Amino acid sequence: MSLTLEELNDIAEKELSRQQQFSRQIRVCCAASCLSCQDADLTQQLQQTARQQAMGETEIKPVGCLGLCKEGPLVSVHPEGTLYSHVQINTSKAILLSESSLPRPSAIDPGQSLFFTRQNPIVLRNSGSINPERIEEYIAVGGYKALYQAIRNMHPGEILSQIQQSGLRGRGGAGYPTGLKWSAVAKTKSTQKYVICNADEGDPGAFMDRSVLESDPHSVLEGMAIAGYAVGAQAGYIYVRAEYPLAVQRLRTAIRQAEKFGLLGNNIFNSSFHFSLTIRLGAGAFVCGEETAIIASIEGLPGKPRPRPPYPATSGIKGCPTLINNVETFANISPILTRGSAWFAGIGTDKSKGTKVFALAGRVKRTGLIEVPMGTTLREIIFDIGGGISDNGTFKAAQTGGPSGGCIPKQHLDIPMDYESLASIGSIMGSGGLIVLDQSSCMVDVAKFFMEFCTSESCGKCVPCRVGTMQMYTILDKITRGQAQLSDLEQLEDLCDLVRSTSLCGLGQTAPNPVLSTLRFFRDEYISHIQDQHCPAGVCSLLTGK
Amino acid sequence: MTINTLQIATIWLDGCSGCHMSLLDMDEHLEKIAHLFDMVYSPLVDSTSLPASVDLILIEGAVSSEKDLEHLMNARKSAACLVALGDCAVTGNVPSMRNSFSLSDVLATSYQKDVSANPQIPTGFVPALLEHVTPLHAHVQVDHFLPGCPPPASAIFALLSHLLQGKQPDVSKLSRFGS
Amino acid sequence: MTDHRLQNSVRQRHSLHPEDIVTLVIDGQQLTADPNDTLLTIAQAHNIHIPTLCFLEGISAYGGCRVCLVEVEGYGKLVPACLTHPAEGIIVRTQSPRVIEYRKKIVELLLSERNHICSVCVTNGHCELQQLASTLGITHIRYPGLFPSLAIDASNTRFIHDPNRCVLCSRCVRVCAEIEGAHTWDIIHRGIKSRVSADLNQPWKEAVTCTGCGKCVQACPTGALSEQGKAVGEMLKKRYTESTT
Repeated sequence: MSLTLEELNDIAEKELSRQQQFSRQIRVCCAASCLSCQDADLTQQLQQTARQQAMGETEIKPVGCLGLCKEGPLVSVHPEGTLYSHVQINTSKAILLSESSLPRPSAIDPGQSLFFTRQNPIVLRNSGSINPERIEEYIAVGGYKALYQAIRNMHPGEILSQIQQSGLRGRGGAGYPTGLKWSAVAKTKSTQKYVICNADEGDPGAFMDRSVLESDPHSVLEGMAIAGYAVGAQAGYIYVRAEYPLAVQRLRTAIRQAEKFGLLGNNIFNSSFHFSLTIRLGAGAFVCGEETAIIASIEGLPGKPRPRPPYPATSGIKGCPTLINNVETFANISPILTRGSAWFAGIGTDKSKGTKVFALAGRVKRTGLIEVPMGTTLREIIFDIGGGISDNGTFKAAQTGGPSGGCIPKQHLDIPMDYESLASIGSIMGSGGLIVLDQSSCMVDVAKFFMEFCTSESCGKCVPCRVGTMQMYTILDKITRGQAQLSDLEQLEDLCDLVRSTSLCGLGQTAPNPVLSTLRFFRDEYISHIQDQHCPAGVCSLLTGK
Repeated sequence: MTINTLQIATIWLDGCSGCHMSLLDMDEHLEKIAHLFDMVYSPLVDSTSLPASVDLILIEGAVSSEKDLEHLMNARKSAACLVALGDCAVTGNVPSMRNSFSLSDVLATSYQKDVSANPQIPTGFVPALLEHVTPLHAHVQVDHFLPGCPPPASAIFALLSHLLQGKQPDVSKLSRFGS
Repeated sequence: MTDHRLQNSVRQRHSLHPEDIVTLVIDGQQLTADPNDTLLTIAQAHNIHIPTLCFLEGISAYGGCRVCLVEVEGYGKLVPACLTHPAEGIIVRTQSPRVIEYRKKIVELLLSERNHICSVCVTNGHCELQQLASTLGITHIRYPGLFPSLAIDASNTRFIHDPNRCVLCSRCVRVCAEIEGAHTWDIIHRGIKSRVSADLNQPWKEAVTCTGCGKCVQACPTGALSEQGKAVGEMLKKRYTESTT
């Protein structure tokens, strides 16, 4: 079947009038974080209570991430917008009923909370408001209209220039201009091209892509289909970790629904454009987030990178031109086409446009999923949105970019979060993991943690990454045990340079970053471990002296 | 003894003595440089203690026991110039093959497993073994490395004659790991 | 590298259309080359020596050992000569102090990774890793040895696999898959735990896909794969040409 614009509008109208039957809407967060701390199926429980009380005017529906993960399980009530936190079965009834005798969950007014008012959701536009398992709800908020516009009213070249003018840059970490990437694939003459969505989110502490897929899978599918049309690809893969079963399940549902409605498949919107999507499950190798490794894995080979060039844009899956973008990048596409590149380019900073989703984690009062305009300062994110350091601690550093990133110390709290600024102080934007550390963290220990991660995630193909990271880990371990000498520090820095300059892929080339960055801002902690066998944070307890 | 004579010592740690044999294998070449040095301490001479200050010490063998480590530390203190002679001193070589196993396993296998008469791990009279066998530069600064198992006599000769003449030796083309 | 074969191919390529030829500079030498060639083969054809380890003529290039890294002016990163094609006008340096130093460190990392005890190895004196260390002037290993505990597979009646000598260059994997067509070998696990393994991690004897051709043994640069019954220094690898010094 193939949809017409009228039919698409019909679906939206039908859905809207269905929703208008209800005077009240109770949204239960059903993203993995909240689901994991519910003491029973909250949605079902609430629906049951509503049935018993014959509350036909109240709709109870599962929605995606409501953002404030720390306070889950979350339930929000509309139209008033009250957000209830730590909702358990015994407190859930009070949300529905006004009897004052019932135990009530604590409530937050999102309109009054900086956590919500400082955000600017584009990628997360539907997160927490629509049921991710119902395509009708996505369509009702204007979903797939951008795809219709693209296919029926735009030339691929127009889309490319829109994306280029928007200034959108890859959200996977490196920040390569998306428009350029698309144009490179579009330029190739091949009749067979592919689009890959990189959902192999692997940084410790990062959960942005998971949340987007769990909360609004259709926004990613729509972005991919538009990309397919723009670059001339007819098939796409979503490479998602098998460790994200809920995201996988919702993606499967979304693809099935989109196929049923003719939004994926042949002759989409009665055009000559065909686009099909396949899910590929990753087995949990961090290196499979590297674009040549992802291609190898999709082809059924071991997930090991190969040197570039050739870049996937010219030679990817089966040697065909392949476009690889991150989940968040694709989720930005439909709003850009709908609201225009100028609107998007008006958000953010000079060189970093739009917003960025961060997984705010660590020693901060309000952990969760946030989306802020590029250029928002670290201080605003941690102290306004995050509410400051938990347990009256003091801020020590923020780790961005995971194992490829760095630590930002106190003196750089006012740094605008954009690609260039972060790079200028030795960190990276990365995919959006943001871990806040307080005085109880030992920076040598943090560096050791990330080096251990890189050592175990190195694919082993190239020598500097395979052996060099292991040798770096050995030195860091020695330092945390108080058995190192200053010459070891010299060798550590030397290895950083070697591994960065000679490794085959991005994993190895960036693996030294956590070490370099902690050495840059917290060298005294290293020295203290080495010279005084003393860990200033009191974390490394094995210091025994030489 | 002339004024320019350098005091030389050689030390034998955990090795097979092959490097010392190779030293002697210089044969008649030894005569060319013999007048330039005085061998003050060595398994090859009679003296029983290492002088407090020596110009050059060549060390054969890896560091395997507490005694080896003590010798090495003393040597470093007294030597103006310290040379790691041969693969055992340079990399650990054959003695380091036990590093893949734990020391307790190595001792049990050597002294207890399949031993019929009075199996026991020696505790006194012999130096205690270290957990791992290491090359010299794991413990002290080494000034020159001469790999080889053993380094050929010609390489030892080249190294010695350079050092005795106060030149920087480059023996990388004369010897390599292995034989 | 076989000079006559290379010169033949270079001569053939010189009959290419002039537009299909690029000019480049390697170590100060002005050269013309086919853009489909790699920096490594171009350099070799002009007697410019770039050390290699995982590269073996006749099988696909791998780019894993990083020993053939060279500097190209204007490129942000060092590139592996075995996989890099020349662009017009590039200036390549194969012997800058920086790349020489990196090569040394990379080979030292390799020597620290497994149990490379040359003096008791079957390929002592004929080993490409040993030769490489010597050529690069490596006199000691600055990194501590990792000394993994790895079992030798001597189950095959004709060959031995000793992972203690393995550098994970994957020549055996590639020659078996690409030339013999058996794909008996592959690398299992990842990172520092990577190991070459037969079939689905079977003892070599039980690897049903192995044809027993022995190409892997001859392709192996070190003593990791050898013939049964060889004593120290006795295992010479049969190659189309002699050692690549």
